Amino acid sequence: MESAESAISCRQVWKLFGPEPRKYLEAIPAGHTYADISGDGYIAAVRDVSLEINRGEMLVIMGLSGSGKSTLVRCLCRLIDVTGGSVRVEGQELADLSERQLIELRRSKMGMVFQSFGLLPYRTVLENVAFPLEMRGQDHHARRERAMEVIKLVGLDGREDYFPRELSGGQQQRVGIARSLAIEPDIWFLDEPFSALDPLIRREMQDEFLRLQEMLAKSIVFITHDFDEALRLADRIAIMKDGAVEQCDTPDKIVLSPATEYVARFTEDVEKSRVVHAKVLARPIGEGAATGEPIDGEKTVRQLARQLLEETRSSIPVTDGRGELIGVLRKSDALEVLFGG
Amino acid sequence: MNIAPTETLRSDFRFDDARIGQFIIAAAAAVALLRFQLPESLVRPPDWLVLPFADWINAAFGFIKDDLGFIYATRAFASIVEWFLDVTGNLLYGRNRWPRIGPLPWTTIAVTAAVIGYALNGWRLALLCGGTFVWIALMGQWKWAMETLSVIVVAAPVSALLGIALGIAAWRRQYVERIINPFLNIAQSLPHFAYMIPVVVFIGVGPKAGAIVTMIFAAPPMIRMTLLGMKKVAPEIVESGKMCGSSGWQLLRHVRIPSARTEILLGVNQVIMQCLAMVVLASFIGMPGLGQKLLQLLQGLKIGRSLEIGITIVLIAVMLDRCSKAWVVKQPKHFERGTPWYARHWILVAWAALAAGTVALSLAWPLADQIPRKHALTVSREADFLVDWFVRLVDPVTQWLRGFLIRFVFIPMRDAYLWLPFVSVLAFWFGLGWIVGRWRSALVCLGFFGMIAMSGWWDRAMITAYMITFSVLIAVAIGLSLGIWASRRESRAKFALLVCDTAQTFPSFIYLIPVVMLFGVNDVAAIGAVITFALVPFTRYTIEGLKGTPSELVESSAMCGASYWQQLWKVRFPMALPTIAVGLNQTIMFSLFMVIIAAFIGTQDLGQEMQRALSSTDVGKGLVLGFCVAFMGLMADHLIMKWSDSRKKALGLN
Repeated sequence: MESAESAISCRQVWKLFGPEPRKYLEAIPAGHTYADISGDGYIAAVRDVSLEINRGEMLVIMGLSGSGKSTLVRCLCRLIDVTGGSVRVEGQELADLSERQLIELRRSKMGMVFQSFGLLPYRTVLENVAFPLEMRGQDHHARRERAMEVIKLVGLDGREDYFPRELSGGQQQRVGIARSLAIEPDIWFLDEPFSALDPLIRREMQDEFLRLQEMLAKSIVFITHDFDEALRLADRIAIMKDGAVEQCDTPDKIVLSPATEYVARFTEDVEKSRVVHAKVLARPIGEGAATGEPIDGEKTVRQLARQLLEETRSSIPVTDGRGELIGVLRKSDALEVLFGG
Repeated sequence: MNIAPTETLRSDFRFDDARIGQFIIAAAAAVALLRFQLPESLVRPPDWLVLPFADWINAAFGFIKDDLGFIYATRAFASIVEWFLDVTGNLLYGRNRWPRIGPLPWTTIAVTAAVIGYALNGWRLALLCGGTFVWIALMGQWKWAMETLSVIVVAAPVSALLGIALGIAAWRRQYVERIINPFLNIAQSLPHFAYMIPVVVFIGVGPKAGAIVTMIFAAPPMIRMTLLGMKKVAPEIVESGKMCGSSGWQLLRHVRIPSARTEILLGVNQVIMQCLAMVVLASFIGMPGLGQKLLQLLQGLKIGRSLEIGITIVLIAVMLDRCSKAWVVKQPKHFERGTPWYARHWILVAWAALAAGTVALSLAWPLADQIPRKHALTVSREADFLVDWFVRLVDPVTQWLRGFLIRFVFIPMRDAYLWLPFVSVLAFWFGLGWIVGRWRSALVCLGFFGMIAMSGWWDRAMITAYMITFSVLIAVAIGLSLGIWASRRESRAKFALLVCDTAQTFPSFIYLIPVVMLFGVNDVAAIGAVITFALVPFTRYTIEGLKGTPSELVESSAMCGASYWQQLWKVRFPMALPTIAVGLNQTIMFSLFMVIIAAFIGTQDLGQEMQRALSSTDVGKGLVLGFCVAFMGLMADHLIMKWSDSRKKALGLN
């Protein structure tokens, strides 16, 4: 099932904390729950997780605190070693890399943004952003130039000689983002990047982030505890609880058909029409004739609401982004999403 | 509802841990009361219990020194240190050694100090630094002060680097930490003199021995602070460093050490202050400088002159402390793009100009170069006159106090301590340990005090113990009242904390000057010095404890209608107790240090024996005495910290 497309693929990844995790993992009986493992004196921070992150895709890992999402992302970049299972980054088994190779991989392919920024307080913005370039030994001039480029990209030009303490939280996180982008990574890890910010700033940073992603098209692993943030940003969402992934799917699918009761508790209060796109509701063309002006499948039901209410047809043709017909939307389905939930 | 009250009482009585401890203490008291019925071997430690530790230590030292040839290593190290001392000695006071360009004009040094002060924290610090050196020069103490400083300039960096290296080693390897930790515990409670004797054995006496003992003495706090700083680096900073592709060495050099900057620089501050304290005391092993001068003047009862030197030492202490603390909080400053280098480094430029100016001035005008003694000012005559007048004024009081204390307090108390059978003393500590921390603490206490009994210095130790008890009691009484008084108003508290902070930077030796002035050279003066010295930390922690009560507790009790005093006794005091206990711990440590130092103005305790061991360079005896003092301190530390921790847990303070 491994495709050439995936940037990261992890199979049956386990991370146990306890006295002898490896030995315990081998002996662990099937069907042992999180509570059972705790009873044996181990903490299952990550429990049998298998995920694919495709090239250019943004996977958001969502979970409450203690759900293991931060541990999982640290397994994906080998800030911590997994207890069992395999993590492959662009086809390379992460656990097989030597310390040297791992550092090389981080210097060339990975960038990471941290919740509390992780900036070096005694370095200026410029020196912070240039830090990864300095680590891989680029000369002074080249790293300054590249650092200025990314600083401009995140809109901090003019502040490059400031120290982190002289910046607001939002600006500091821009520095964090710029630093993680300095080496032009293929894979971008963001560990709750906006959680430490005020709601208004958070919103602004999310927009900024979407703009960057549109421009850069990286493979992204984004961690959050905020379900709304996940819905806003994600191509796919993986919802974690007690170290295991409860459901991993597109936002539309998660909202429309939550796999477990736990997931349903999150989706309950979500206004579904803002999340669900017309293309997801479209049925195959055979089911009911549809004629006339089609609607854009890339729009959410909410965006189509006025048009739908005024619509006289019971079935409406749906096109994809390029204008090709992909199916038929039943008005009743759409209204169910709009008013039913 | 007829429940007999006695029934309730009886059912309440449980034979818990505290009861067992109380029972043991009661038994100890009972044994003490039966003293005259006891066999002699239970009253004084019997001969078979006393082990010849001193001989063993001497044998071990002899083996290391001669058989292993360690003396060559220490001699080699000493000659390296001596080379550095020659350089700083030449520059600062014109010692006739390479590079033979000194002595630098005093004006140049004063200007340099002022610029450093300005760079660290602006005009006021510049004034303090420059002013200190002007005072030294004008009072004709230049040579002595430079002798002292030339050692600090060498010892402090070496000690700091040594401490940082060991601290990082301890942080990297758990087993190193586990090995180092008990050594640090003992090292930090060992009195100053205990360090000197081994150094005298290996290095001899004089400036280089003084420098080396200073280095060793000042390193432990640096190790502690480095270890603390390295452990405290936020995991996210380390992770971000790793994700930026740092190798292990890059991570240490660029991420971890700079992130631990605050703690490391606080360690440097402690190193500098410890260096100063030790360098002054090192006069006992022939270290020239301010300490030696002060020692001579004090012994000659030349109060006016020793006051002058005391002021110099205090000024140097405050200057060094303020500068190194300013360095801790100093943040790098950013300049706009395109600022030229001389604007970025204008302080450096200004310094170069001023230094060149003063050098030129000193060539034209000799008094700007050196101030010879005949031109120096002195206020000693006036000071002597004033002091004389004051001493005569208070003489009836001090005379009476001295007589009263010696006759009705010290002698009875000392006799009582000596009268106590050693088994009941041991049982008392065992019981107290039991109350605080059950088996473990009981055995720790028994171990520490048992070692003292086995050392053969029981009587001396009990004399030290009585002096400590008395001093600590008085210091606690005064400190508590001062603390309560000061914590009532914010402005008072700030002032009192400032005074305490400043007083804590003074080398312990300084505290002897006023008491010698008032009481002369005797027991009362010694205890007076101990009380003054030990008072400082207690006052400080009391204020901090009382002020640190969570504000919601203060507010809620105010809304319950508590008056100020009710609030103090029922809310703030209980909450502050764990903090105050930490203060008590320091008070005991400080008293132990001071009692030993004060020995040279006449006490008959462990300190006096320590002085004798120092003058006869008897390592074994000196270290055994040092350990006796250290063990007393460590036992008190264990009991108090254990109690304080459990109290903090119970109160939900972290």
